[in-house]
Amino acid sequence: MPPMTPIISVSGLSKTYASGFQALKTVDLEIRQGEIFALLGPNGAGKTTLISIICGLVNPSTGSVRADGHDIVADYRAARAKIGLVPQELTTDAFETVRATVSFSRGLFGKRKDPDLVERVLKDLSLWDKRDTQIRRLSGGMKRRVMIAKALAHEPRILFLDEPTAGVDVELRQDMWQLVRRLRENGVTIILTTHYIEEAEEMADRVGVISKGEIILVEDKTELMRKLGRKQLTLSLQTPLATLPESLAGYDLTLAAGGDEIVFTYDTKAERTGITALLQALGEAGIRFRDLNTSQSSLEDIFVSLVRGRS
Amino acid sequence: MTSASEAPPTFNGRAIAAIYRFEMARTLRTPLQSVVSPVLSTSLYFVVFGAAIGSRMQSIDGIAYGAFIVPGLIMLTLLTQSIANASFAIYFPKFTGTIYELLSAPVAWWEVVIGYVGAAATKSVVLGLIILLTATLFVPLRIEHPLWMLLFLVLTAVTFSLFGFIIGIWADGFERLQVVPLLVVTPLAFLGGSFYSIDMLPPFWRTVALFNPVVYLISGFRWSFFGVADVGVGVSLGMTLAFLLVCIVATGWIFRTGYRLKN
Repeated sequence: MPPMTPIISVSGLSKTYASGFQALKTVDLEIRQGEIFALLGPNGAGKTTLISIICGLVNPSTGSVRADGHDIVADYRAARAKIGLVPQELTTDAFETVRATVSFSRGLFGKRKDPDLVERVLKDLSLWDKRDTQIRRLSGGMKRRVMIAKALAHEPRILFLDEPTAGVDVELRQDMWQLVRRLRENGVTIILTTHYIEEAEEMADRVGVISKGEIILVEDKTELMRKLGRKQLTLSLQTPLATLPESLAGYDLTLAAGGDEIVFTYDTKAERTGITALLQALGEAGIRFRDLNTSQSSLEDIFVSLVRGRS
Repeated sequence: MTSASEAPPTFNGRAIAAIYRFEMARTLRTPLQSVVSPVLSTSLYFVVFGAAIGSRMQSIDGIAYGAFIVPGLIMLTLLTQSIANASFAIYFPKFTGTIYELLSAPVAWWEVVIGYVGAAATKSVVLGLIILLTATLFVPLRIEHPLWMLLFLVLTAVTFSLFGFIIGIWADGFERLQVVPLLVVTPLAFLGGSFYSIDMLPPFWRTVALFNPVVYLISGFRWSFFGVADVGVGVSLGMTLAFLLVCIVATGWIFRTGYRLKN
């Protein structure tokens, strides 16, 4: 379990663009040191604006942000030195070579030349063979890796990945997930935005959901998955019931569909789900059923219901 | 991957060096466009106006016409190349989106400016010196005040590189990038006494010419060559420094407010 010290503290942050569009409404958020935090949200929810403010690309309208204890405005040098950013768009210097552009990034962040480190980063990202190739000659997936290499060139403690796997193939996605895990093992805090729920499920320690410029949920993924781990067994009855028999009081049952269905909620991760005992008890109570099915709400269901609930 | 031991710099000289090297490498990748083209086009002026037509023109202030136009032509190239180099250098990252890295780096605005403007000014000064050497092939030249010549060369290159940098930030399209250099600077340079002394103008137009800032640059630069000037050298230096100061203040304001850089 990662320690609870916040490495990023966002306080009362808002952003209204010159056009009048309010991208963020008073956002408060804390990112814990060493965690992987997934920020989920539909297009236009404010994910990129939030990241852009923290990284110094956009001026906030109100509020403040501290990165590793440093105010991002008053103490921007110290704050930015800790942060690496991989933006969503593939923006690279087309005519530069891979090694030159990664070395440039390191210099820009005030770090002394370190060819060994650059080599290690390029090898980690399977870019070493392409080190002297101009970026314009690389595939989209390779360019994405170059952008990650640039963000890692100054050895950041905090890494922002804005839609890191958007439009990349399955193999690269798996590679990126592995890389992110390795970085976390080395103490790097990762904040990623994504459309892919499975990415959050796969990677994140905590999940935040942003919608219309507001953070509407921040939850430990394990806690979320525990909630989501609850499954429902629906039994369609041959004869409708007006009430549940007292002999079934020990089970988490509800009557649904006007008494035509019994819904049993259980924990899939529990040692015993109670299904066998329930079916036996139903038989003993003389309740016959004609069909059954099970269902499990996913993170995506929760996400969609949260976002829809706000619209 | 982390190394918390290295404290963030209070002066990010490595960033300046990185930007400077990046920009110089861009020039070295395109020598035909960056060096050969401006040297060739300016040399054509020396051939046509200096060696060919110049031999039939009267001398001005006792200076052969071919030699008289050299400082003005160098200044013309210096202005246009400084603006073009610096404006493109900062506009292109805006256009491609790579400016995100600059904005997210622990680098002060003046360090960014030193990197970009330093590189643009270096290129312009080198070009100016190459053109000066080329001119000696076509016309006889003397330089009475070489240190002042270098001072004007560097000051003008820095000032107009800074001006170009501002244009590059202001421009939101390639057309705008070209508007100021083509429609403002080039006419001012041509009308600023590159090919003539403003003393040759009628009194009214001479007064109008004094509102052209390029007059002071060319006059001061020409004085460093031949010891003659349209306006006093102190005035020329003062005007150049004043324009430099205006550009510095404007650049500082741009970065403080995030104008055209941070939404």
